[in-house]
Amino acid sequence: MADLTDLGIAALRDGVRTGAFSAVEVADAFVVKVAKAKPLNAFLVETPDHALSAARAADAARAAGETLKPLAGVPIGMKDLFCTKGVATTAASHILEGFVPTYESTVSQKLWDAGAGMLGKLNMDQFAMGSSNETSAFGNVISPWRRPGDIAPLAPGGSSGGSASAVSAGLCPGATGTDTGGSIRQPAAFVGISGIKPTYGRCSRWGTIAFASSLDQAGPMARDVRDCAIMLEAMAGFDAKDATSLQRDVPRWEHGLSPTMAGKRVGIPKEYRVDGMPEEIEALWQAGIDWLKDAGAEIVEVSLPHTKYALPAYYIIAPAEASSNLARYDGVRYGLRDLPEGAGLQDMYAATRAEGFGAEVKRRIMIGTYVLSAGFYDAYYTQAQKVRALIARDFELAFQTCDVLLTPTAPSAAFALGEKSADPIAMYLNDVFTVPSSLAGLPAMSVPGGLDKAGLPLGLQIIGKPLDEQGVLNAGLAIEQRAGFAARPQAWW
Amino acid sequence: MSVDTATVKKVAALARIAITDEDASRLAPELSNILGWIEQLGEVDTSGVEPMTAVIANHLRLRDDVVNADPLTGGGIRDALMTNAPQAEHGFFTVPKVIE
Repeated sequence: MADLTDLGIAALRDGVRTGAFSAVEVADAFVVKVAKAKPLNAFLVETPDHALSAARAADAARAAGETLKPLAGVPIGMKDLFCTKGVATTAASHILEGFVPTYESTVSQKLWDAGAGMLGKLNMDQFAMGSSNETSAFGNVISPWRRPGDIAPLAPGGSSGGSASAVSAGLCPGATGTDTGGSIRQPAAFVGISGIKPTYGRCSRWGTIAFASSLDQAGPMARDVRDCAIMLEAMAGFDAKDATSLQRDVPRWEHGLSPTMAGKRVGIPKEYRVDGMPEEIEALWQAGIDWLKDAGAEIVEVSLPHTKYALPAYYIIAPAEASSNLARYDGVRYGLRDLPEGAGLQDMYAATRAEGFGAEVKRRIMIGTYVLSAGFYDAYYTQAQKVRALIARDFELAFQTCDVLLTPTAPSAAFALGEKSADPIAMYLNDVFTVPSSLAGLPAMSVPGGLDKAGLPLGLQIIGKPLDEQGVLNAGLAIEQRAGFAARPQAWW
Repeated sequence: MSVDTATVKKVAALARIAITDEDASRLAPELSNILGWIEQLGEVDTSGVEPMTAVIANHLRLRDDVVNADPLTGGGIRDALMTNAPQAEHGFFTVPKVIE
């Protein structure tokens, strides 16, 4: 039999349905692969029993002649930001070491209800704060990709770096990610896979460890657009337990997939041609334009005049929300407690948080605390929320003349670990193309477009109107079919 | 905006994060840099612009006025809540003595 771990979600689902192979065979194959891939450090916890028990349920349902669930026979990876009942959940932070949730997040529960099984919990940037997966308290995730003739470890992107690395290395056919400022799309681009952040409110945030609540949104990362559509359908949906959950039916995105762009207008935002953009990124962007033209789309130039202010606005809003959300880690109810000899309550809080949070998390909490502090609130936070309104309005106006926007996903291919970690702002700039659509709550996805000169993947981003995930997926499919991206990393691990 | 070590210590105290003098001297230029960078927002003319409150227009719901309508967010789960506590006694979270 061919290696089952070469198959994506759709192929695995269909193969289990037709009986070409059993769900247990699939789960076994991935479990072995995960166990062998320790050098990638993609998994924080392995849960082979969870995957196998879902697989046995799928096989039993088929044997009994029942209709199989949408993801029956498909084992996935779960970013460690999602609370999973009975399985340690840390957000890759020491402060949550030993935390075992007594409840299941809505998104993960929906995936189990759809028949999926869990191979394990995936490493990530600590509290989803980072763009290279170097802020995890449990070690860097390593990208399965390498530059030719060079064994220097590359960043898988972040914050969903474990998800990216695992899917790209074939350790799981799909994984959950979360995206606050690009944390699904940038890692997907770095490792040559697809990933979509849906409209804010599509996926429930209940049980997902909070970073910046007005931005956090879950989404799938998988090998292709169809697999993303299948997984997103299972993850999305109204949840009364999340006040910002959208009360909307979940469209049948997979059923609606169509690579034809006839009658569609694709906007190219001129402000995304940033200074110093590598030629290869420019060339890839042009290739994307040509592919969508070939699919029948009309290309129009659009303007998003406030683009350059998106990153600074984001680095006020996200840390401000984080400083508030992370106030809950106080050493009282869960997680780490550091109680120095003779310390009082206030000292215990301060010692616990000093010991438990990593450097980047502390940095963002401090920025957030500063911009929200008395005398600075209006100058920073209120101004940032006004700028955010202007950024959202830019998109609204652009969408009067086009249906989707096409941009590069990131300003470069994957960089080496350590290359940017000394300069926070250089790291933040990696999210220059993904942050604006996050601030506007828009659906956006990254699909692989090609390789750079060093043989590393590059991604293209499609941004859609609110609730138009279908338009985004379809444009992604049109690119996917024309890019013919089939490169995979050579196994060295 | 340039922040000095005294400001860093004040912010750390507000954030309930213990820092050493060394940390404060390291963080001062770092935070100054980041704050200097985000200050470019001041250039944007936002007169007449309302600050954003919701990215997608959404109606805030009220839940049904029913006790334990959803057991996942309802009450009566004390023991489950306490299982992850670093220290708990008799169904209470315990902390160091607050009042002498």
